[in-house]
Amino acid sequence: MLYRENGQFKTSYSADQQLLPIAQDRWLVIALVASSFLAVPLLASDYALRALIIPFLILTIAAIGLNILVGYCGQISLGSAGFMGVGAYLAFNLTLRIPQLNFLVVLLLSGGSAALVGIAFGIPSLRIKGLYLAVATLAAQFFLDWAFARVRWFTANSPSGSVSTNPIVMFGWTVERPVDKYLLVLGLLCLLTLAAKNLTRSHIGRAWMATRDMDVAAEVIGVRPLTAKLSAFAVSSFYAGVAGALWGFVHLGSWEPAAFSVTMSLNLLFMIIIGGLGSMPGSFFGAAFFVLLPLLLNRIPAMLGIDLSTAMKSHMEAMIFGGLIVLFLAIEPRGLARLWAIGKEKLRIWPFPH
Amino acid sequence: MKTTMPNWIAWIAAAACAAALATAVAEDTTAAKEQFIPLLVYRTGPYAPNGTPWANAKQDYLKLINARDGGLNGVKLTYEECETEYKTDRGVECYERLKGKGPTGAALFDPQSTGITFALTERAPVDKIPLITVGYGRSESQDGEVFMWNFPLLGTYWTAADVLVQHIAKKEGGFDKLKGKKIALMFHDSPFGKEPIPLLEERARLHGFELIKIPVTPPGVEQKSVWLQVRQLRPDYVLLWGWGVMNSTALKEAQATAFPRDHLLGVWWSGAEPDVKDVGEGAKGYSALTIQYGAGMSNVQKDILKYVHDKGQGTGPREEVGTVLYNRGLLVQMLTVEAVRRAQERFGKGKAMTGEQVRWGLENLTLDQKKLDALGFGEMLKPLHTSCPDHIGASYARIQTWDGSRWLPGDLYEANQQIIMPMVRSAADAYAASKKITPRTAQECQS
Repeated sequence: MLYRENGQFKTSYSADQQLLPIAQDRWLVIALVASSFLAVPLLASDYALRALIIPFLILTIAAIGLNILVGYCGQISLGSAGFMGVGAYLAFNLTLRIPQLNFLVVLLLSGGSAALVGIAFGIPSLRIKGLYLAVATLAAQFFLDWAFARVRWFTANSPSGSVSTNPIVMFGWTVERPVDKYLLVLGLLCLLTLAAKNLTRSHIGRAWMATRDMDVAAEVIGVRPLTAKLSAFAVSSFYAGVAGALWGFVHLGSWEPAAFSVTMSLNLLFMIIIGGLGSMPGSFFGAAFFVLLPLLLNRIPAMLGIDLSTAMKSHMEAMIFGGLIVLFLAIEPRGLARLWAIGKEKLRIWPFPH
Repeated sequence: MKTTMPNWIAWIAAAACAAALATAVAEDTTAAKEQFIPLLVYRTGPYAPNGTPWANAKQDYLKLINARDGGLNGVKLTYEECETEYKTDRGVECYERLKGKGPTGAALFDPQSTGITFALTERAPVDKIPLITVGYGRSESQDGEVFMWNFPLLGTYWTAADVLVQHIAKKEGGFDKLKGKKIALMFHDSPFGKEPIPLLEERARLHGFELIKIPVTPPGVEQKSVWLQVRQLRPDYVLLWGWGVMNSTALKEAQATAFPRDHLLGVWWSGAEPDVKDVGEGAKGYSALTIQYGAGMSNVQKDILKYVHDKGQGTGPREEVGTVLYNRGLLVQMLTVEAVRRAQERFGKGKAMTGEQVRWGLENLTLDQKKLDALGFGEMLKPLHTSCPDHIGASYARIQTWDGSRWLPGDLYEANQQIIMPMVRSAADAYAASKKITPRTAQECQS
């Protein structure tokens, strides 16, 4: 009843092909974006911004990037945290060595270099497929881990291997308070989401999806696997690089090589599997699931006034979180985004199902 | 976006904050006087066996002060634990969660992890909350002129490494005998493990020994290849820089490769009961550092048994009281409480202190023998004194040796600050330059 498109007529091709063809969707997204820009900075506490929302937004960027590669192009990658590390360490070195550089340029350059590294490690994907490719990208992860820990240039000779960043300044705007950081990350996330969504709707995105669905058939209809696969690696690693730079500069402020370890790669992969492969909302849902849910689970006993020991809370968190992953995948293997879509379908015909 | 934010948003936010503050203040006058002490701990994960006694002691000591003395000059000490699992991102989340608790916010943080300390070092000056890192953290942060908010009290990894080299020299019969020797550093591949490298390199240059660096991937349960390296390179000494499960694994591997245990020397995080207990006789002869006092019962532990455990209030098992890491947790918490007490002496007895006031207390802490005796720490600590340029207070460490069933205390050394200070200076200056911090002058230190 609420969610009906009756009476919404499209009179031109462009109206029919727009991003959100249903008016209710459009209004929902506009309201969401507007409230994130206006209401959240006023209402959210510093804790919520710094510990929950900012990491959630940054990991969403990384998840969108990985979703392009895995969800849209069908190339499984276990090296995404390594590419995030490339972005973070390059951004660190750029701001250290060329302090006057604008942070947006730094982000572009670190994303770009992550894209180059991504292409290099994506070359095996031309010959290797499926799980075997996952193993090959795992090698990228371990190589990059090794490089960050051992090549002194990345950490600018820091004896402990830990690097720390300076506050971000761009256009005279010092991004120091949690609200500033939030607005910066949110703005970038909006831009990158829009870009990713449009890319997947373009001929490039169609080439990715054709490759994912059946690479031989895609080749037969004229998709070049080389460009399709490598462009997916490049775009995906670009997103990872930007997310890595933000993770280091905006969220952590100081990090050690372990911040971009294989655990992070696996988490990102799980994020998009739980959230929904090949779906933009899926990246958001997955990142929220992985960032917000554990902390919520950890705090629920205290909120309910149940006095549990610290260790018990931590064990409960791990057990319930694991259980929920299994539960959601059992209910809908195609992820939270699919659940969301089913909900929308049901709402469309509610209250008169066929 | 030219300025930080549109003005009207800032105004509305300010108004909302003011309203929230006003209600908060109104509530506080009715609440009892409380000093909030956050406890970042890890009771799960690969480092739990070592983190748990430390965490239990931190809680027990606060319970003791509340039960025996009725709080600190009448101010009740409150606390809340947050589990970090020794992970940096979770530690940062815990810090954000706890920093604003209590009427005056968190008094100070003891992150219990070098990685978390590095991350919090960037945040502490903004939030005006001091960090104490007893025996860990950033080594150069002993320079209080640059690191205003860091307090690596009683020791850093540089003082630890320095003392270990002194001990080896003593065993060999002089620093000149170190020439041509091979000393391997087997380290947890993280900021914690890499911290001692600059000092050891400096000492290697001074005395002409060869330093072999052998990284162990955290958490360190797999060390076969590492010990194969030891067998090939045949170092004269191995310095073990491990934490948690890495220590007991290393000792088992040392036993398996028949590396002489008395030539294996551990840092103070590699010398507690959980590290050697499983290995038992196999670790006999293994020596490790301890921050002045290892295992044992002094007066404070007796008080804890009497006022906390006998009342059924003990945080952990009773047998744990008096073990190495438990005692270290007590040290950490005693320094915390004394810093708050010192701050109260200046800013008002019987009041809850803010982080900024506790920082002054930490920087002007003087614990002489009489005070330590009164606190029940007389046998455990030598007098210590902090000041604006010196945030470490004292840099003694003792060698203790495992005899197969318990730790036996050995020689006490003092780190050679003549070697360490120039390194601290240059590292702190480099940090100050990269962060654009102007080191505090003697005048600024007074305030």
